[in-house]
Order: sequence, then C-alpha cells, then structure tokens
Amino acid sequence: MDLPILSIITFLPLLGAFILLFVERRREAFIKGLAFVVSLVGFLLSLHLFAAFRADTPELQFVEKVPWVEGLGVSYFLGIDGLSLFLVLLTTFLSAVAILASFSVVHKVKEYMICMLLLETGMVGVFVALDLLLFYIFWEAMLIPMYFLIGVWGGPRRIYATWKFILYTMAGSVLMLVGIIILYLLGGRTFDLPALSQVSIPPGLQRWLFFAFALAFAIKVPMFPFHTWLPDAHVEAPTAGSVLLAGVLLKMGTYGFLRFALPLFPQASVEFAPLILFLALVGILYGALVSMIQPDLKTLVAYSSVSHLGFVMLGMFALTIQGVEGAILQMVNHGLSTGALFLIVGMLYDRMHTRMIEELGGLYRPLPLLGAFFLIVAFSSIGLPGLNGFVGEFLILVGTFLRSKLYAVLAAVGVILAAVYMLWMLQRVMFGEQRGQEAGHLFDLSGREIAVLLPVVLCILWIGIYPHPFLKRMDASVQHLLQQIQVRQAISHQPSAFRILDLGLRISELGSLHQSFNPKSEIGNPQSSDRRPLIAESLREGWNSSSLR
Amino acid sequence: MLDHLWLILFFPLAGALLNGLAGRRLGKKSVSFTACAAVGLSFLASSKGALDLWKLPPEGRSVEQALFTWIDSGAFRAEAGFQLDPLSAIMILVVSGVSFLIHIYSIGYMHEDRDFSRYFAFLNLFVFSMLLLVLANNLLLLYVGWEGVGLCSYLLIGFWFERRAAAAAATKAFIVNRIGDFGFAIGILLLFFTFGTLDHTEIFQRAPEKLQGGGMMATAITLLLFVGATGKSAQLPLYVWLPDAMEGPTPVSALIHAATMVTAGVYMVARFHVLYELAPFSLSVVAILGALTAIFAASIGLVQNDMKRVMAYSTISQLGYMFLGCGVGAFAAAIFHLMTHAFFKALLFLGAGSVMHALSGETDLRRMGALKERMLVTFWTMALGCATLAGMPPLSAFFSKDEILWRAWSSPYGHPLLWFVGVATAGLTAFYAFRVLFVAFLGPPRIDGKVAQHLHESPKVMTVPMVVLAVLSVVGGSIGVPAVFGGGNQFEAFLASVFGAQRAGGAEVAHGSAGLELFLMAVSTFVALGGIWTAYRFYVRDPELPWRTAARFRKTYDLLLNKYYVDELYDLFIVEPLRKGAVFLWKAFDIQVVDRLVNGIASLVAEGSLVLRRFQTGLVPNYVLFILVGVVAVVGYLAFGR
Repeated sequence: MDLPILSIITFLPLLGAFILLFVERRREAFIKGLAFVVSLVGFLLSLHLFAAFRADTPELQFVEKVPWVEGLGVSYFLGIDGLSLFLVLLTTFLSAVAILASFSVVHKVKEYMICMLLLETGMVGVFVALDLLLFYIFWEAMLIPMYFLIGVWGGPRRIYATWKFILYTMAGSVLMLVGIIILYLLGGRTFDLPALSQVSIPPGLQRWLFFAFALAFAIKVPMFPFHTWLPDAHVEAPTAGSVLLAGVLLKMGTYGFLRFALPLFPQASVEFAPLILFLALVGILYGALVSMIQPDLKTLVAYSSVSHLGFVMLGMFALTIQGVEGAILQMVNHGLSTGALFLIVGMLYDRMHTRMIEELGGLYRPLPLLGAFFLIVAFSSIGLPGLNGFVGEFLILVGTFLRSKLYAVLAAVGVILAAVYMLWMLQRVMFGEQRGQEAGHLFDLSGREIAVLLPVVLCILWIGIYPHPFLKRMDASVQHLLQQIQVRQAISHQPSAFRILDLGLRISELGSLHQSFNPKSEIGNPQSSDRRPLIAESLREGWNSSSLR
Repeated sequence: MLDHLWLILFFPLAGALLNGLAGRRLGKKSVSFTACAAVGLSFLASSKGALDLWKLPPEGRSVEQALFTWIDSGAFRAEAGFQLDPLSAIMILVVSGVSFLIHIYSIGYMHEDRDFSRYFAFLNLFVFSMLLLVLANNLLLLYVGWEGVGLCSYLLIGFWFERRAAAAAATKAFIVNRIGDFGFAIGILLLFFTFGTLDHTEIFQRAPEKLQGGGMMATAITLLLFVGATGKSAQLPLYVWLPDAMEGPTPVSALIHAATMVTAGVYMVARFHVLYELAPFSLSVVAILGALTAIFAASIGLVQNDMKRVMAYSTISQLGYMFLGCGVGAFAAAIFHLMTHAFFKALLFLGAGSVMHALSGETDLRRMGALKERMLVTFWTMALGCATLAGMPPLSAFFSKDEILWRAWSSPYGHPLLWFVGVATAGLTAFYAFRVLFVAFLGPPRIDGKVAQHLHESPKVMTVPMVVLAVLSVVGGSIGVPAVFGGGNQFEAFLASVFGAQRAGGAEVAHGSAGLELFLMAVSTFVALGGIWTAYRFYVRDPELPWRTAARFRKTYDLLLNKYYVDELYDLFIVEPLRKGAVFLWKAFDIQVVDRLVNGIASLVAEGSLVLRRFQTGLVPNYVLFILVGVVAVVGYLAFGR
C-alpha cells in the first residue's frame, strides 16, 4: 500500500478542523457529528496499521520521508515501529471516544470540536514523527489546543491551571530544544532520529543532553517531584480534556524516554537509571498514598496516574525485555483505564454536580449500569488478573525483579495501595446509603454513554485475557532497542551522586543481569565520525572538559 | 472428558455471563435454572473427568491441556492451560459439588431479593474462579483464580452494599487478601527467577536440582507463597477479614467457608508440597502457625454471641488444622480434612441460614432458643453437623482430624506439642459447636414475640441440600478410614501419585504403633466429649452457670469477646498511621513543599521581571548609558580579563 497512511491519519483531523471552520456555528449537531466521524475514520484507518504491521522486524514501518527544509537538513519523516504503534492506536481510539463523550458540551461547540481535532493531529504527530524538529513542532503545537480546552471549557480555577500546565511544560521543553540543536550540530546537521542514534556522543555531553531531554519528558510524565501541575490541570479540565490529558498526553513523556532518551543517550540512560528507578518508585508509593486521601474524585484519579506512570518508568528503566514491554503495555493500559475513569467521573459529575467524595454515596442503586462499568474499570486500574492492568504491571514487576529485587518488592507495595485507594473510593461513592440527589432525578447511562464506555471496557478485557497480539508486535522493537543500548553503552561511569541508589540496586541482587549492561568493550560501536563536521568536534571537546566529572 | 477439561470451567463462566448480562430481563426461574444448571453441568463434567482419571494407571494420572499462550515476553511465558491429577480432581469435585448444593439452597434463601440475577451471576463467577484456581497448570493462572475468588468474595460480601458494614467488610476482605497476595506475587517472581518458568510440572521436576534442600531460596519461596495462603485461608495474622465477611448473604458464607476461597491456601500449599518438603523450616512455620491459629480462633469462638461469627472463627480454626497437617507433611490428610470440612461447614452455614430465614435475619444466639420444636430438619442436620465438627466417631471429620493429629505426633516434622495444641483445640471446638446447638435449639425460647409468630421450617429447596450435606458429613469419612480400623484409606492411596507414597498405605506405620494411634484417638475423642459435656452443663442443665463463669473470669471473657482486640490494634498501628502519613504527605509535603517550590520559581521569574522592567524606561539617554557600560565591560574583559 503506497498511500501515505501515517500522514493521512495525522492530518485527517486537521482537515476536519479546517472544514469545521466553514460550518455555521448553530448547526451544532452537524458539527459534533462531523468531528466524531472524522475521528472515527482516523481510528479505523489506524486499525490498518495494526493489521498490516509486521511483527517480525524492528524496522520502521509505513515510513514516509521527504526533504522538507533541505538547507537545514529538516525532513518530513514519519514512521512507526513496535514502540509507537500502540500509542498511535491509543490516540486515535481515545480521541474518538473523547469526542463522542463531549456531545454534552453546550457552549462554543464549534471551537471546542476544532480544538479536539487539532489536538488529535498534534498527538498523533508526536508519536509518528522521526525527525527531531518535526517531533518538537508537534510536541509544542499540541499544547495550544490543550491550552484552550482547559482555559475556555474548564472549571473555576482554569486560568491558574492552564498557566501552570503550559508554563511548566514549556519550561521543560525549552531545554530539550537546546538539546536538539546540539544534537543537530553534533550529528552532521540532521534531525533524522535513526541517523542521530548512530552518533556516539562523549559521556560528559551525553549526561547534559540526557538531562535536557529527560527534564522535558519527566515533567510531562509527570515523574515525582514534577507532578504538581497534574492534579490542578485535571481538576479544571473538561472531561474530554482530562481523558486525553491522562490517556495520551502523559504518554508523550514516557514515549519520549523510550524513543529519544534511551537510543540517543544509551550510556547516560544506563548511568541515570538508578536515579530514575528511584524517582519512579517514589512516584508509585507517593502517588498512591496521596491519592488515598483525596477528597475530590478527579484529584484522586490524577494522583493515581502519578503512581501508575511510576510503574511505567520503573519497567522502562529496568532495561529488561519484560520491563520495557510491560511499560509499553502499561502505557496503553493506563490510557484505557484512567481515560475510562475520567469519563465515568465526568458522567457522575453531570448527574450529581459535584465530585467531592463526601457528598456522594450509595450511587450503585440508582445507577447500576454506571456502577458496573465503574467496578470493571476500577479493578482494571487495581490490576486484577484477567483485566489489562495486571498484564502490564506483572511484566513490569518481572522485569524489575530481574534487575533489582528490592525495587520490585517495594513497587509491589504500590499494588496493595492501589486496591486501598480505589476500593475505599468505591465504597464511599457507590456503596452505603444513598446521598446527594434523590434517586428519582438520576438516570442511568444513556445509549451514547454506553457507546463511549463499552469499547474501552472491551479493550480492557481483551488485553487482560489475550495480550499476545500486543506483546508480539512490540517484541522485535524492544529487543532491538535493548541490544542497541547494550552494544552502544560504553564503560559505565557512575556519577557519584547516584552511587548510593545504585548500591541499593546491587545489594538486592542475587543473580545479576546487571553485568549485561556493562559490556567490557565497545564492540560494534558504529562510528559515524566521517560525517561529523569540524564544529561538532570542537563542540564535543569543549563539552568534554566541562562534563559532570 | 479428559480432552475437554475446559468444559468444567466453561459452564459456570457461561452462566455468570448470561445472568450478568441478561439476567435482569430473564425471570427469576430462568435465572436460578441457568445458574444451577451451569454448576450442575460443571459437577457432572468434573465427575466424568475424575472417573476417567481414576481409570488410568496410577502413575499416568496427570493430564495437561494448553488452550493458548496467555502472556509471552522474552523468556517469560505463561500458558492458559489446565491440569487434572488426583489432587485437582478431588478439588473440582468438592468445589462444584458443594457449590451446586449451595446454589440450589440459594434459590429458596434469596427468592425475595431484588438483585436475584446479580447474586447468581456472582455466585457462578465465584465457582468459575475457584475451579480455575485448582485446574491451572501454572502458577500465574492459579494466581488469576486466586485473585478471582478475591474479587468474587468482594462482590458477594458487599452484596447488600447499601449496608455500610457490608461495603466496609467487602473492602476489608479484598485489601487484606491483597496484602497476602503481595507476598504471593513476590513468591511467584522469585520462582520465575529461580526456575525460568511458572509451569507446575516443570517446577516440580527441576526443584531437586535447582533448589538446595533446606536452602535459603527454597525457604524464601515457600514462606512467601505461604504469606499468600495466610491471606486467602484466613490464618494469623491476616484472618481478620473472614469474621467480617459474615455481612454477605449466608449461602455466600457457606460458599466462602466451605467450597471456595478459604481452601485455596491449603490447596496451594499442598500443590507445592514438593517445594515445601525441600524447606523444613517453612514446614515448621506452616505447622506452628496453623496450630496457633487453630487454638486462637477456637478460643474466640467460645464466647461469640453471633451464630455466624462462631462459625466463622470455627472455619479459621479448622483451616489451622489443615495447615497443621500440611506443616507436618500430611498433605493428603490436610486435603481429606479440607473435604470433610467442606461438607460439614457448608451444612452448618446453611443451617444457620435456615435459622435466620425463620427468624427474619436474626443471628444473635441470645435471641434464639427452643427452635427444635418448629424446625426439626434444621435441628437434626445441624446436630449432625456440630457432632461432625466436634470430631465424634465415626463421623467424617473424626477420621480426617485424627489423621492430622496422629501425623502431628508421629511424623518426622511433627512434635507432641503440636498434637497437644490440636487436641486442646478439639475440646474447645466441641464446646463451642454444642454451645450453638444447645442455645439455639434447646434451652428456653428468647425470641421476640413478633418474630416467633412467623417461625417456620424452611422450604424443601433449602432443607434438601442440608440433608444431602448431612449425609455426606456422616459418611464422607468412609473413603479415608485409616489402616488401624482395617480401612485401606483409599483417599490417601488415590492421592499417592501426587504426594508420593510416603505412608505406603499406612501399613508399616500402623504395624508398630497401632496401639499408640488408637490411644491418641481415644484421648482426643474423650477431650471432645468433655467439651460437649461442659456445653451441656453450661447451657442445658444450668443456664445461669455461663454468666457466673463469665463474671468470675471477667478479663479473659472480655478479651475473648473482643477478639483479643486485634482489629483495634491493626487500626491503631497500621491503618491510622498510614492515613495520617498520607495526609501529611499531601498537605504538608505536596502542597507546602513541592508545589510551593514550583510556584516559587514561577514567582521568582515574575519578581525578576519586575526588577528588569525598570530598565525599560523608554528614554534614549538611559539606553545609551547602558550601551556604554556594556561596551566598557566587554572591552575590559577582552583586554584584561584573560
């Protein structure tokens, strides 16, 4: 198939948004319908990616590459592999779900739908772009529609929340832009990711670059201690905004680590891994504990995200096959489960006009169907075997255990806490005597709401019962990534600051997989120095002398 | 049948789905028919499977079947596959058989409930999860069933969710189980780490080479798995969820206590006996904790006034026996007791349900009495159940319990002290069992007038299952009559291909010490009779005596009545600190430190811009001055700075 399918999937929503510009604003039903159809078509097209994806190779697939700004070495370069396939699918899927869930929006429908479609283009773009500059453009562009979604359709403190969200993220990404430019100079004036990941960067510089990228990604994830924008943004965002924020936007951070930080800076990644594992672990426990006592349903779910994404980061930086595959799967799982949780919280809010847990109670009786969905989704988030969350979490634990028993054990405490905060919340909101509004005023799920939740729940069951099609498609890419890191990782210099953490990792190791990340020589380290111009050499030396050591 | 093991699981799952999705549109008759038929068919399939297995030669009695690869990542691999061997065959028979009777009984018990279809859907799901647990051929699939029964217990304990206590009990059950599962999960990880597989058969084959007998690793794995068992099977210190689980409908209690859920831990330990035998230390832990739990729970059961609570502590205590059996290496005896216990405990709970049914939900023993006249069937079946629980010969539990006690004395892992604790527990057990019987059914009536008018025997749909269970409780022991009584103990012989023929039919052992075995049996029987006699004195002959005794031993009585204040201790030392710590993290750390830092940086920029803004005066002379200063600085640096 020679159709540029990735471009179509990426820009179809943009086209839809463009058409919407010319639709009269009072034809709201048509606007909603059109936006939904566009996003649905996008999702159906992305199913083709799933079907036609070749699982046996780590190569980039559906590649589109044309020079864009030739003088600067910028190219329009799209492609996916096993790392990004499912995130593209997740994005198109959740976008369609979120647009369908937004049919209840009443004011400024046209602008709202335009924002949603623009957001989808930005998000898909982030996951398919393989040119660093193109990636950065999508990365930043996607903030604009999100800014409006929270700022215009948000709750009472929306202005504060938007500012915090935007400024925080931007502050992180600015350093990344500097990093991208340095890479560009270093790698022979190209933004081409596969080419750049062949460049060997001196360890000192690598640390700085890793730091620049990692900060941007860590804020987005968000990793502890960069997480405080998240509860604010979630509380104020409209339902669909929360769904996409938690479901997709946060994955950009984790995906960034996976796609850029690990292959570009393998040595620094391994060096920093103890720190990141530690922060991930703190995030898991901290997020779970703080989530437990939240008075507001939305902040509860927001803090639970901090905990869940801690798991993703833990698995990823365990740098074992199971860990990384679990992390990717858990990104999808979190998108589905937390997305659905926000949808349900939104539906509850539509009915009860409050999200405060203590003002709710006994809602299962008047809302049995919503309650049933709530239960399934909550248990998926808890990690009940047979539902999706378990597969991801367990693989992450296996992967982490192979690297560090102590960390895996501590992370497993987070699994207990997940049950505590979710079930306690369910107990207070859904069970007990009914509180709040009279039962007569409450209507159970409408047909549209069922149509919103049912597909998500079906995916939750599918991944839980038969994750094979998912794992199979990421296997080759993950193995390739890990080999790349292993091969390209030079003799590891442990920065003293992380020695203690690393010691913690080592102490708890009986049989060690750790050696595999300290190969004795740089076997097969691909040299691309011939393509490297002089300026890069000098830059490199300059950085070397001022390295962290 | 052996090629279609999945059918055993398929029926209850299909029933659960049908009733769960369409149950509200089906009538009560169709719902109950679907649910009962599902479990009934599953029982038939199990019977056929067990029979086919029986026909195979003893050494070939293990059939495995893989459906599909469930999780597959790197070297990690877990199948969705099943295994039928004598151990799982006995388990599926007990689970599906007893569950079937409980399903039938539920038709009568729940007939007025408005969530009839939800109830039966959950009940079927419960049976499915338990069958999955015992049929799984690898540890991870076992874990699915393991957590699945946890989920179902959550759903069913909290079935009447509008009652606060029920909702809280459900949450507590799941969370306490999760704490146990934490250990279990770490155990699974450690097993995978050691063996590179989670397949039962492979693990057992490689265990002798991979694990050093008595080594650290074997001990760690088995202890971690046992942590899971203490959660699921309600042992010290994680038993606290089970008494609260009484909040669910009574047939559910019967299901949890008899056929499903709590027996999972015993099954798991027995299933992994190969590993436990490599870790004598773990075996001792299992045995000692089992014995302690047995006597601890029995002592609480002595004074509880809630009929169902007495039964709940009795279950904990009896499970302690089973673990005592496992811990002394008498795995077959433990499974034997698991089976007889399933019969009589299901019976006792169904009897309690029948009483509640008659008394409009009353469970307080103090508001019962003289029920015998109006509820003959319930009385007699309950009487048989209590006698079985008390271990009266020749009822089924006599054989199973004394088998455990005998092994606690005679096995190389055993110790006379363990036997002594077991026998003391038997005395307490007999006392509390007959206390319930005497107070509720004999003795003076203390029932509220209004309730008393409605007093009636339960309908046939409830009494028939009770009668069947009573018969099973009486004769169920006959398949395991030990050699000293001339029985072949076919039960152990059947299980020998799983547990090894360590007793070789019991022949040689009996040869040397038959006299001792008989003597020990006689001792435990007399102790139990003593318990019954005390109960008779206390509650039939002299109803004032209990109060005088309680008054005399006020402190002990209060301690027991308040269940050693364990719940309060947990609240004080675990729940509250956790909650307060979380509040501190959020209010004092997250908001005051982290967020302040973030906002502080932002306002630093804002403040800084206020300062810098002053330079933007808009006056050209000022700007010229700045330029001049800048030029001087740069030139100065270039000239002298380097």
